[in-house]
Formats: sequence, C-alpha cells, structure tokens
Amino acid sequence: MMIDSFLINALLAGLGIAVVAGPLGSFVVWRRLAYFGDTLAHASLLGIALGLWWQINLTLAVVLSGALLSLVLLSLQRHKQLASDTLLGIMAHSALSFGLVVVALMDNVRVDLMAYLFGDLLSVTHADLWWIWGGGAVVLAILASQWNNLLSATVNEQLAAAEGVKVEALRALLLLLLALVIAIAMKIVGVLIISSLLLIPAATARRLAHSPEQMAGLAVLFGGFAVLLGLSLSWYQDTPAGPSVVVAAATQFILVHTLIRGKA
Amino acid sequence: MATLLSLSEVSLSFDQRRVLDNISLELNQGEITTLIGPNGAGKSTLVKVILGLLNADSGVITRAPKLKIGYVPQKIAWDEGMPLTAERFLRLANNGAKAKLREVVNLLAIDGLLKRQMARLSGGEMQRVLLARALLREPQLLVLDEPVQGVDISGQVELYQLITELTAKMNFAVLLVSHDLHLVMAGTDQVICLNHHICCKGAPESVAKHPEFARLFAQNEQQQLAVYTHHHQCDDHDHRVDQGEDDD
Repeated sequence: MMIDSFLINALLAGLGIAVVAGPLGSFVVWRRLAYFGDTLAHASLLGIALGLWWQINLTLAVVLSGALLSLVLLSLQRHKQLASDTLLGIMAHSALSFGLVVVALMDNVRVDLMAYLFGDLLSVTHADLWWIWGGGAVVLAILASQWNNLLSATVNEQLAAAEGVKVEALRALLLLLLALVIAIAMKIVGVLIISSLLLIPAATARRLAHSPEQMAGLAVLFGGFAVLLGLSLSWYQDTPAGPSVVVAAATQFILVHTLIRGKA
Repeated sequence: MATLLSLSEVSLSFDQRRVLDNISLELNQGEITTLIGPNGAGKSTLVKVILGLLNADSGVITRAPKLKIGYVPQKIAWDEGMPLTAERFLRLANNGAKAKLREVVNLLAIDGLLKRQMARLSGGEMQRVLLARALLREPQLLVLDEPVQGVDISGQVELYQLITELTAKMNFAVLLVSHDLHLVMAGTDQVICLNHHICCKGAPESVAKHPEFARLFAQNEQQQLAVYTHHHQCDDHDHRVDQGEDDD
C-alpha cells in the first residue's frame, strides 16, 4: 500500500534522527548549546531560501549555510563585543526573517512554508533517508573517534588544552556537526522545534544516567520512543508531525522527572 | 638541578594593559616554586603562558625537550549536566593503562572516591582527584593553580604536605599558585611575588622580609607574616595551624 510506505519512510527518518540526536544532544546539554542549536535551526530557513534561489539541493544548501553560520558565530564570540545570547538572539530571528522575506520575493516558487517550520511527515523521500542515515553515520563516526577528547574539553577546556587536546578545533567540530544534523533533521521535525529533539531526550536521560555513555544511549532510546509515539499520534489524529514528536518527548521528560527522584 | 622551564623577560598585554611585565623565572627539577600575589596580579595569565595556552608578546620561553606538564586547575565548577564518576574522569586522561591508574589511586588514597560522581565530591576530594589526573601523565613539571580554594585549613595542610612528599619522591618541579599567604610557604624552595611584575623572589625567609612584599600585603600583614614564620619554623611534623582560622 502506497500510504504505508510513507509511514515507514517517516519512521525510518525519525528513528535515524533520534539515533544521532542522542549523543549530539547530550553535548548540547553538557555544553549549554541549546540556544545555539535554536539559532542554527531558525537560520536554516535562510539556507532554504538561498537554495531555492540558486536552485541547488535544499539539504545541501541548509548544511552549507548552517556550517557558515557556525563559523561566523564562533569568530564573533571570540572577539566579545556583545554577550553570546544577544548575538544568538539577533542571528536567530534575523536569519529566519530574511529567509521568509526572500521566499516571499520569489514569485516563481511555491513553497509550503508550514512544512519547513513544523515538519512534514509525508514529505520524506528516499533521498532524505539517504541524507539522514548517511549523514547520521558520518556524524556518529566522528563523535566516536573524538569521544574522550570531546568529554575532556567539555569538562574543563583549560585542563584539556593543557593536556594537549585541540579544544578550539573540537568546539568548531561540534558546531559543524550540530549544523549538519539540524539540516538533515529539519525536514521532518521543522526548523522551529528541531533543537528540542536534541535537547529533551538528553535532558530526560540525565536523570537516569551514571556515565556520559549511558546518557547518550538512553537519549537515543527516549528519542526513538518519542518518534514512534509522536508519529503514531500524527498518523491517527492528523496532528502536525514535529510538534507531536516534541509533545511525546516532553511527556517522557515530565514523567521521568516526577516519577524518578534523587538519582545522581 | 636541571632547569625544566625558564622565562626570560616575558611581557604580555591585553588591550594595552600590561598584565605581565618583564617576567624572568626558572623552574627547576625537584624544587617547589610558590607564586603569590593579590587577586588580579596576573597569576593565572602567567600560568597560561607557562602551560603554552597563551603566547607572550615578547621575551623568551625555554622548555626542556618533550617537557611533560601536569596541570591541576582551580577548583572545577562542576556542571550537574554530565554524569561522570571520578574513575571515568581519570580515565579520560589515561587511556587504558590500568596499572598506572592503580598506582596513582593508591598513592593519593582515593580508592573510595572512584565510584562517586564528580559533582558530589567535596572541595578537598575534588582536589585529590584533579591531582591524580595530573600525576597520571607522569609529569616532569606539576602546575597547581590555587589548589586550596574551598578546602578547609586541615585539608590545606594535608594537601601541601602531600605535594611536598610527592616532590621528594617523584623529583618533579612544582609551580604552586596562591593568593593566600597563610600556609603556602612550608616546603617551598623559591617564592615569587607577582604584581604584574615580579616584586621580589628568593627563599621564603628573604621574601617575607622584603619591603615590597610587606607593602603588597599590607592590609593584614602582621598576622600573615606571623603565621608564615610560625609555620615555616615547624614544618617537620604536626602541621597544626592555630592562627590561620580566619582565612579571607
């Protein structure tokens, strides 16, 4: 049945995102990058607008614009004239607005903006699946290869640097990986809420975990379960896909934090 | 004594503010050097230069070939976000070598802390774990940045005693940074008094008598010098300090 293959694609996409969002989202929690992720996500709409304008692959356009934005933010943060949250706030909403205006100005293109803002369950194509699972595998492989260095730098940058860890390079690497994951996940969950899929499962896992690896692993499980629940809700009740997944994730978070107390 | 690291006329400015002014010093194998100075005197900046994390504007820094530095940072502000046991924290510095880990754990008597979460350690326990992590690297130079912040007096005495013992045993060079003059001096070979420039340096006795030192710490100089002298003269056993309770 045609419709079932849509559902299977959506599930495969969502689970692929959850698998990579677990470990990466843990770093978002540990390094307080939540607002950063949000900014990247908002700005990806500008990437979409530019991709449409130049007629290149939209995922690629978002990956490239996200990577560029991460590097710009990194260098702006280094010469501190303004506080990080001020910079991020300016970037997030300006990029989103530029994106919306550019799309509106192109009369020859019809874009379903709602799909990009809130995600579209039925829009997942085979190409998207390749991006999600292929890109996700690359991200996981890079995270795994730098795992101890990343943990070291996250615990204390100065200590890690004194021990010879390239902390600046790792900071840039993490932001680039974040940009990549947001770009490939954006289509299914939407730019407005993608960063919560990174954040909420990891924050839920924190309550139960005793090691960084446990936290990353549990975040994958919570994320995967939220995808299953959220997409089911979306499928049977015709609710928007992205928000449904986030509602499921937030419900898990509330349950875990009220039912399980006093863990490490 | 081999010189492991030396600075010659090193200067560094931030925004035209001279933070380090013409600093020359030597760190020698088997010696404990204490760097003291008020808050904002440039101590942390100097540590960063020594660790190679900051480049000086001018001057020459000479390191022994393949110098291995163990660094004990100021008390880590532990973020509750990451669950991490002390053992896992130590293994981040030391990939796999179990025997070495065992040796350092026994040396510092931190066996009981290994399964504890880092966020749950007290100030003194955290310092021991940080010291262990530095020792795992088998350093030739050990740099400790304000290691006794947030550690009570008896813990401070214990930690300093431990560092003195370790220095004798391992024969490394130690650079110990402090803004607190109460307890630092015992076992120290060389004191460097920093206030952007080096005010004075030398053996503890000579520095304590130096007029610039007295001026720098004038506010409660009487008491600090008293404690210092007292402490230094009875550093062979029982480090009870009875005048140092009202730490700033």
